[in-house]
Amino acid sequence: MSGQHGHDDEHRKGHDHPHEHEGHATDDPAHPHNAPLSDVQLRVKALESLLTEKGLVDPAALDELIDTYETKVGPRNGARVVAKAWVDPLFKRRLLADSTATLAELGYIGRQGEDILVLENTPKVHNLVVCTLCSCYPWPVLGLPPVWYKSAPYRARAVLDPRGVLREVGVELGDDVEVRVWDSTAELRYLVLPERPPGTERLTEEALAALVTRDAMIGVTRVKAPGPSR
Amino acid sequence: MNGVHDLGGMHGLGPVVIEPDEPVFHAEWERRTFALMLAMGGWRRWNLDMSRFAREQMPPAEYLASSYYEHWLWGLERLLERHGFLPRADLDRRVREGPDPKAPDPAEPLPGALRRDDVPRLLRNHRAARLDDPVPPQFKAGDVVVARNMNPVGHTRIPRYVRGRRGVIDRDHGVFIFPDTHAAGLGRKPQHVYSVRFAARELWGPDGHPQDAVYVDLWDDYLDSV
Repeated sequence: MSGQHGHDDEHRKGHDHPHEHEGHATDDPAHPHNAPLSDVQLRVKALESLLTEKGLVDPAALDELIDTYETKVGPRNGARVVAKAWVDPLFKRRLLADSTATLAELGYIGRQGEDILVLENTPKVHNLVVCTLCSCYPWPVLGLPPVWYKSAPYRARAVLDPRGVLREVGVELGDDVEVRVWDSTAELRYLVLPERPPGTERLTEEALAALVTRDAMIGVTRVKAPGPSR
Repeated sequence: MNGVHDLGGMHGLGPVVIEPDEPVFHAEWERRTFALMLAMGGWRRWNLDMSRFAREQMPPAEYLASSYYEHWLWGLERLLERHGFLPRADLDRRVREGPDPKAPDPAEPLPGALRRDDVPRLLRNHRAARLDDPVPPQFKAGDVVVARNMNPVGHTRIPRYVRGRRGVIDRDHGVFIFPDTHAAGLGRKPQHVYSVRFAARELWGPDGHPQDAVYVDLWDDYLDSV
């Protein structure tokens, strides 16, 4: 390797899995969906170096693509949308009626989010988003999907046993609640507008946004009110 | 194709495990694989449906045993070979032998290669699958439809679990590229996509909850009227 691309970056977080300098992550039974084959790091390095030598890729552009989804585009975008919808009824009405255009006004448009539909959770309707065939996900508002969303267990079970999946992550739904599972089989992308938790009437839009989680915007969890022992 | 990627409704694959505070990527090779896929896609030798179809052809046992970005890498290698960018034998040799010490310095990126300054535009102005073609819809909201029982060997976006099942058109999304032909390089075949509501009981029998439903986005060519 030429080493000139400086891939061994400093912004690696402490929760990374073992990588090329520390042996192989193959034997990590706790993360079967992350565990790379033992030679995969070498293979990707070789691939990048070959494509770079041919002038087909610019490593600086690769860095920029990665940085975009690690630091700029992520679920904080969606959280801002949700908080705004909670405090601004007019915005919420437009967001639900014409999601793509309303999100575009905030700058949340682009790849894997050319057409977005926002789905409102209510006490009577619980929406849950999945892509059973691959990993379709609304990138401009949520960033790249988490491993569990792309995993075989979620893709298999979300459509067949959504209540079971929800129960496992702590959401128990009554028999009177209608669960709507949205399988993203086409180029429409779905964002769940979760219910605003009770006891948050006095919070600012910014404080509300801080409560909104990625998983609530996929529909697998609820947004919890802030509290000492929640 | 009736591939392993079509997972909806399977049992026995284990629990859904949500990792707290999950990072965007778990390793450097995942970062580079993600970026290489997008950057090489920028050459527009293949479309999104072709890249999905490439990943779907990973052998089933391998697909289930490997991680998400390994699927991407597997697909990318095949796309690069098929479209004349890089024979896999060359990649295998590089992995085996390491870099050629006599190799010249890396080339300046060719005209057409994605550059750093192009990235925001690539991500923002990505071509949508939505089309303006004035194609009349075959169905309207409220229509009862049946998803076709079809089993093409090529790429398709009709999941097995809805085939032969009855649903109701919830809404018409408009006109889109048809993935089955687009993945095969046979054109866009513009047609309407609908959100079709299938009652859980219709899909799963008594194992479905009577209140619940699955909404699936389906094209005209996947649907018949009842």
